[in-house]
Amino acid sequence: MPTLVIRGGRIIDPAHQRDEFMDLTVVDGRIAAAGTVVDSPDEIIDATGLIVCPGLIDARVSLREPGFDEDETIESGTAAAVAGGFTTIGCMPDTEPVVDTRASAEFVTLQAERADNCRVVPLGAVTKQHAGEELAEMARLIDGGAVAFTDGKRPIANSEVMRRALQYAGMLNRAVLHHPQVPELVADGVMHDGFYSTKLGLRGMPAAAEEIMVRRDIALAELSGSRIHLMGVSSKNSVDEIRQAQQRGVAVTADVTPHHLALTDACLESFDANYKVDPPLRTREHIDALIDGLQDGTLDVICSDHQPYSQEKKDLEIDLVPFGIVGLETVIPICVETLIESGHLTWMQLISRLTTGPARLLGLESGTLSPGAVADVTLIDPSTEWTIDASEFRSRSRNTPFDGRKVRGRAVGTIVGGRRRY
Amino acid sequence: MSGESQNCGWARRHLLALEDLEAAEIERILDTAAEFKQRAEQGEPKSGLLRGRVVANLFFEPSTRTKTSFNLAAKRLSADTVDFTASGSSLSKGETFIDTALTIQSMGVDVMVVRHKTPGAPLLLSRHLDCNVLNAGDGTHEHPTQGLLDIFTIREQRGSLAGLTVALVGDILHSRVARSNIWGLKKLGARVIVCGPATLIPPKIAELGVEVSHNLDDVLAETDCVNLLRVQFERQRGAFFPSIAEYAQLFGMTGERVRRAKKDVLILAPGPINRGVEITSDVADGEHSVILNQVTNGLFVRMACLSLLHEARAAA
Repeated sequence: MPTLVIRGGRIIDPAHQRDEFMDLTVVDGRIAAAGTVVDSPDEIIDATGLIVCPGLIDARVSLREPGFDEDETIESGTAAAVAGGFTTIGCMPDTEPVVDTRASAEFVTLQAERADNCRVVPLGAVTKQHAGEELAEMARLIDGGAVAFTDGKRPIANSEVMRRALQYAGMLNRAVLHHPQVPELVADGVMHDGFYSTKLGLRGMPAAAEEIMVRRDIALAELSGSRIHLMGVSSKNSVDEIRQAQQRGVAVTADVTPHHLALTDACLESFDANYKVDPPLRTREHIDALIDGLQDGTLDVICSDHQPYSQEKKDLEIDLVPFGIVGLETVIPICVETLIESGHLTWMQLISRLTTGPARLLGLESGTLSPGAVADVTLIDPSTEWTIDASEFRSRSRNTPFDGRKVRGRAVGTIVGGRRRY
Repeated sequence: MSGESQNCGWARRHLLALEDLEAAEIERILDTAAEFKQRAEQGEPKSGLLRGRVVANLFFEPSTRTKTSFNLAAKRLSADTVDFTASGSSLSKGETFIDTALTIQSMGVDVMVVRHKTPGAPLLLSRHLDCNVLNAGDGTHEHPTQGLLDIFTIREQRGSLAGLTVALVGDILHSRVARSNIWGLKKLGARVIVCGPATLIPPKIAELGVEVSHNLDDVLAETDCVNLLRVQFERQRGAFFPSIAEYAQLFGMTGERVRRAKKDVLILAPGPINRGVEITSDVADGEHSVILNQVTNGLFVRMACLSLLHEARAAA
């Protein structure tokens, strides 16, 4: 039985509200009971000065394979994940073909096993071809390994289709993850609709486009009694609506990305396509509301919204450039900058948004250091200073607005099932 | 201010937006244009300043007026010119617009005049090219030489912009001319009112330091210059107002409205004008109209811009 001892670290386990300096012992790929003594372990990791936490989980990552391996493959994307401290990622079905059949879900799982970096759980499509019309074979997708359902960045505009999707996924006890946006209000949009879109002459995407859909989705979750998860919430009114719905018992959750906390629409003044994301970067007022939502738990998940695109797809006119940036390898430092150093969240809170929150969303048993749990562990150096260098990314793509940014904190060890993968 | 700027060299390598320019730089361009105009009127329309240099007109969006004006301006400065009109976008050509520009530059181009339907496209090119880049209109962002020639025309008539009230009327949302005018006019001390239907006024534009009105008749009495922006049907998605007739009734400049305006009101329009929509023929051809003066002045303003950018290149 292989054994591993992680010595002298600060163990933070939000599932049990544990925050203490202790050794962590892993036996045969599982967390051993506290106080377990192993004579001459196979491996010892000195975690002095490090945070030892459950392996981080990113609920929704675009890995672009099959169909777009010029941008990313499951191998390169999972390598980026472990370098960023993630031991499990949810894989978006927005590939070519779309993951809307059992076979396509099994392909994702198989490629992830071959890559042998981190765990990959497929998210299945809600509708066939992401067309927003007919439901995909959800039960069969679950047989193929799918843990939840989403049509990725394609909003399900037809309310009757969404109602049935929620009812059906609810029957299967799985969440539907939705990109809340009214398509016609953001048509041809490039950035947040406001002062800077006016100044720059770039087509705006009003916050109301998100808020209207958030309200609709909450109403449909109430109607169906099913769970809905709103991806990448970016507006103040959205946070308020979600908070109120949760208070009256609606099964609605939501996530936020680090870049929506770190950057505003003013960044587009550079016309740099690496600031073109969907939902768009908004203003300080919206950021403050997102931080409030993270503090009180209205937003219980942080996602990288990893969207890799090759250089030639980013070197086009800004209205032709696809939305999105890579994020897996910058989540920790950007969260440290925006949430920890500013005092908005404790480490316990931040880690919960990256472990227990996404584990609950996807119905995973991981995300904790409980005795007997699979030994998915992330080691974080909270104070190391470094400069983000996109050329060193493990991801195949370099589309980040954070290249050259001086930051603090990073993953220094990623252990998946007791085996060190980074 | 202008005296000092005339004594020092022009350092800016690219002309991308009036937002970027200091008031003194705008004055310097206007003064240089005035010199070219004066010499032309004295029978010396041609200068040898850009002899042996190559000016490329790289137009990714159809244009006849602006391209012709730039072409003639370059020829009046004795430059060689090449025209490249690319139909469609990067995607339809299978070559990125950056590669297109690099290809043209490699033919030995000194100044690249760029028009593109996407905001920021000339700025992006300026980061990839060694030659001077001159923005000839980027989508709905800016059209600096049009802004400059509008301001030149007003200054020519009134001597100074300071204290004047200028109304920009019409489709502000889709207008790069409006944005360049706002920056230039504000920097030179004018008061700016934007006036148009609520659907064609972009959000938070007042934060650029302008006043917003939806009633042309309200603003006429206090306005020294009216710049009638064309309704850009080609940039609009769907209908922004119920009918052309209703638009003309609310925002069209008619002879009757001119009679209710200040006695010496100036009527400008960047063109091409839609007669009967934003302007009636009697106004377009009437005594208050300086629309054709704008076209004439555009040539001298573009000569000034080309020669100053060349000066920056020579100094570098």
